[in-house]
Amino acid sequence: MPQNYIPIFLFIAVVGFLIPVTLVAAKLVRPENPHRTKLMPYECGIDPVGSSRGRYTIRFYIVAILFVVFDVETIFLFPWAVKFKALGVFGLVEMLIFLTILIVGYIWIWKKGALDWV
Amino acid sequence: MVGAQYFTGIDYLLSLPVILLTLFALGILLIDLMIPTEWKWMNAATALIGVLFAAAGVLKVQLVQRELAEHGQRAEYAFMHSLRMDHFAIYFTYLFLAGAALAILISVRYLEIEREHHGEFYALILFSVTGMIAMAAGFDIVLIFIGLELMAISTYVLVGFLRSDRRSNEAALKYLLLGAFSSGIFAYGLSLFYGLTGSTNLGDIADGVGREMAAHHEHATPVMIIALLTTATGLFFKIAAVPFHQWAPDAYEGAPTSVTGFMSVAVKAAAWAMLLRVFVWGLYPLRNVYLPLVVFVSVLTMTGANLAALTQNNLKRLLAYSSIAHVGYMLLGLVAFASVEYPAAVTDGFRGILLYLLVYTFMNLGAFAVITSLRQRDVIGDDIDDIAGLYSRAPTEAVLMLIFLLSLAGIPPLAGFYGKYFIFLSLVESGHYVLASLAVVYAVFGLYYYMRIANAMFMREALDPSRLPVSAAMKVALGVSAFATLFIGLFPNSFIQLVTWSLS
Repeated sequence: MPQNYIPIFLFIAVVGFLIPVTLVAAKLVRPENPHRTKLMPYECGIDPVGSSRGRYTIRFYIVAILFVVFDVETIFLFPWAVKFKALGVFGLVEMLIFLTILIVGYIWIWKKGALDWV
Repeated sequence: MVGAQYFTGIDYLLSLPVILLTLFALGILLIDLMIPTEWKWMNAATALIGVLFAAAGVLKVQLVQRELAEHGQRAEYAFMHSLRMDHFAIYFTYLFLAGAALAILISVRYLEIEREHHGEFYALILFSVTGMIAMAAGFDIVLIFIGLELMAISTYVLVGFLRSDRRSNEAALKYLLLGAFSSGIFAYGLSLFYGLTGSTNLGDIADGVGREMAAHHEHATPVMIIALLTTATGLFFKIAAVPFHQWAPDAYEGAPTSVTGFMSVAVKAAAWAMLLRVFVWGLYPLRNVYLPLVVFVSVLTMTGANLAALTQNNLKRLLAYSSIAHVGYMLLGLVAFASVEYPAAVTDGFRGILLYLLVYTFMNLGAFAVITSLRQRDVIGDDIDDIAGLYSRAPTEAVLMLIFLLSLAGIPPLAGFYGKYFIFLSLVESGHYVLASLAVVYAVFGLYYYMRIANAMFMREALDPSRLPVSAAMKVALGVSAFATLFIGLFPNSFIQLVTWSLS
């Protein structure tokens, strides 16, 4: 039903109103004092050197993908741990199945050498 | 709260094929780590046993359903109505398993020649079949979408399996980008239907859409039209209908040939199962709205694909366009289905699509098996020149290829004829005379480009006159495909009954 979408349009309207208002208000209130250093990208206070478009070793990507997989695993484990008593044996078995599938993947990447850092 | 109350044994029993396939796929991953290179064919054997076990699992589901039916109970739904193992799903599950088994058989020697024989290949095929079953048996758009992604992601990797081949890598990347894009559009459309009806269950969506239509004097609201257009776009992408077909020739050409065969039958059948589930079970009240859309897309698909196929010199590209053309014919079955009232229509256009997918699985995979066997250590073997003079190099294969090609063209005593026959018949019965004659004209186009391959096989001299070695597994796959193509063509009755059963 289209009227159910009214809250979404309200959100869009509020956002469309709020962004220009805050930007203009900040522009009016803040002291105007530009400097070259302020425009530099900030990372831990070290001067940025060189281009960030260089080539990385593929290991970074592998580690990133593996991180995401096991990160999601933890996200699944937390709610189950919180509701452990309510879910009982059923939840335990379901979680063991889930973990078995992931552990097969873990053994596989281990044997394939994806975890060996040069 | 006791956990066991959520699901009963029947829930798990109905998902038995899926569970078995997953176990075998995981097993292959682990076994592959332990066996030496010269034993890699063991993985193919394990995968075949897995497919057989899954088929036995489906049989078990059928037996239990029959037993319960005798006591007046229907056991189709599982997991809170999100899985529906009805006859339609069982029919498609058998189809996917047959396609996967044939693809495994033709892959063994091919992968050795490509020097990319890894156990992961077979594990990925089993995983993708798991996804396909979820697509065909899913009755909840979330489960259907997860099944779609499981199948698609496995297939992306399979397409790029030849790691040192640039074409394979390029094809995989193109397929991944366009596949992800179309999945996004599809998910967007589904989310709008969820917003409109407040449910992710296909049955509830049908009820909700029907109520909305009744409230607006059988006219679709603008939101509903946007939802329908985006959902249909996603589905047409997945079955590779023109104008959303561009990924298909590129992905088919670059993929390992046995994977191309697998994609053109099993993956396509799964996309069709999903399309039929959504259009027939979920969006049936909108059939008058999507009818002109399907007519438009099917005419465009037949025209574009048949014209493009005429000029192809690469065999895999040619068969890719031919498989798009077959999608056009099958869409005509949907036209016939959507333009007549439910009980009369369901026995014709719909039946035609299911029979077409069955015969198409065997004849197309058979043709791809022959092309796969052309690959040798020093020959890539996917050009029309590579098949030249096949009759003098491997007479049996050349004759079988001729059978598959004639069947694809729809010549009467072969299976392909009955696929086309039922769809054209349903079109005539539903009053679409112009569409039916157009389809017949395009079938003549098809005959021309299939006969170009036959001409090269029988009338031209071979570039390399040595005999073509054919592995035992390949012979089995070719024999099964040829037998099915001939058998369905000669004795179509029992298969028509099978298709009718799958809709009961």
